[in-house]
Amino acid sequence: MKLKQLSVFLENRPGALSGACRGLAEAGINLITLCLADTQQFGILRLMVRDWSKAKEILQARGAVVKVTEVLAVEVPDRPGGLADLLEVFERAGINVDYMYAFTVKQENLGLLVFRFDDPDRAVAALQAAGVNVVDEVELFRRFEL
Amino acid sequence: MNPNRDLQGTFHPASAPDYLPLPQLRQLQLQRLRFIVERAYERVPLYRGRMDERKVAPSDIRSLGDIVRLPFTTKTDLRDTYPFGLFASPLKEIVRFHASSGTTGKPIVVAYTEEDVRDWTQAMMRSFLACGLHSGDVIQNAYGYGLFTGGLGAHYGAEALGAGVIPISGGNTERQIMILKDFGVTAICCTPSYFIHLIERARELGVDLQALPLRAGVFGAEPWTEEMRQRIEAETNLKAYDIYGLSEIIGPGVAMECLHQSGPHIFEDLFYPEVIDPQTGEPVADGVEGELVLTTLCKRAMPMIRYRTRDISALHEAVCGCGRTLRRIKRISRRTDDMMIIRGINVFPSQIEAALLAVEGTLPHYQILVDRVKGLDELEVQVEVTAEFFGDTVGALEQLRQRLSHAVERVIGLRARVRLVEPHTLQRSEGKAKRVVDKRKL
Repeated sequence: MKLKQLSVFLENRPGALSGACRGLAEAGINLITLCLADTQQFGILRLMVRDWSKAKEILQARGAVVKVTEVLAVEVPDRPGGLADLLEVFERAGINVDYMYAFTVKQENLGLLVFRFDDPDRAVAALQAAGVNVVDEVELFRRFEL
Repeated sequence: MNPNRDLQGTFHPASAPDYLPLPQLRQLQLQRLRFIVERAYERVPLYRGRMDERKVAPSDIRSLGDIVRLPFTTKTDLRDTYPFGLFASPLKEIVRFHASSGTTGKPIVVAYTEEDVRDWTQAMMRSFLACGLHSGDVIQNAYGYGLFTGGLGAHYGAEALGAGVIPISGGNTERQIMILKDFGVTAICCTPSYFIHLIERARELGVDLQALPLRAGVFGAEPWTEEMRQRIEAETNLKAYDIYGLSEIIGPGVAMECLHQSGPHIFEDLFYPEVIDPQTGEPVADGVEGELVLTTLCKRAMPMIRYRTRDISALHEAVCGCGRTLRRIKRISRRTDDMMIIRGINVFPSQIEAALLAVEGTLPHYQILVDRVKGLDELEVQVEVTAEFFGDTVGALEQLRQRLSHAVERVIGLRARVRLVEPHTLQRSEGKAKRVVDKRKL
């Protein structure tokens, strides 16, 4: 159920983000989704690709600091209150969300979100108990036709 | 055939002066001090003028304690007399010149007679012997060859030892690593910061330095710290020995650590050490830190009388486990020149280094930037983020930044802005590390 995400440390300066993206582009690696957390001084680029270990190698060879983290891809109904309902599941279970962002694809009125939890295993259990679909790697790559 | 070639790091006749009984050593020092003071007075107008001013004649030097009656010599004196003003030998007796890089104005020039080169070679050979090197060792000499004294000084000493010298000089890290690996190098000479750079590069190239026969590093030519030694020794199989020297005195080989690694022994039969309070010029007690002052006891071409090295050290008289009677100096980790005065507070780069190390456990690459904004000094410490310390959340990185910032503030008593930067973005030195960028126009 858990998916691998790459986090890359970036300085807040022109060219930091494009450099990382260019490196992946040259190796023909497509980004499934990404998000950028930023502060005044530095940023963290979080991204998902199919071949994460190859992407990691490429980024590290460029001198980047890369960390592999585990995240969940969770389906959410595409209607007002869809996310609020989902978050209630975590609230009830007392699970903390470190951060979240979205995939750009939608399927049958279901959106897909990336969640990072401090305890992903407990989150999986809570989601399954609540009948929420957690998308695994195979299904994810199928949806992206990868 | 030389019966002494393979003593395997045990007592070697060339090291005999290291073990002189103290009364004999002091007697030898006094004889030589009188020789050099007389030579300087007779042959160098600057020394004669200053001694006359103080009403001190060479014959007034009757004991080693009388040395305090002599005037100090400073780097400025060398610049002011550029190029040959402090020579005590006619040019026809000079067999070698060296010069400093001259980053601050005119370079300083130093010279050697044939006997001086021989003394220097002996001092370097004794340095190698002190850390257990001998004939049969393969020494990669990555000190720069040329006007800098490091390269040729170590080269002559290593050859006299009967070791195989690789005169690779500085720079070209990839080639350094290839030769280190392919030639079965057993010892390397370079600056400690360059060796740390080499460790990092070797790791990136997939070369396992621990698998090599490398067993000794002769590191010097810049101030360094115990933390750097520990890092080097943890990541390789070599023992890191501290060698001390400076061109004005002779070059490398003024002092060298023995196998006990408890501070470099000064080759006192050649160089007479004092430690003074840099403000008052008065001598400090044994073991107390101050500025190291050196007098060359034999250097004919260019005697140095009470030369102020600007290196901060202390003299230890306690007998070393190796049996050498030579006093030891405390490793130079800072210089009076390094000292930054920030908002009126004295700050040394080594203090900041210690604070960073305390937080991360290993020493990250860092650089210190000092600037003056609207009349106020600002201190920024840039620290490269390493994989071990990269948390995936903004909170974790902010926390790291604050811990570093607090640690620096605790040590130096000043608030410092810590900026996290990407790996390999700070300048790596091929020679002496540039840790401080002072942008203030003072």
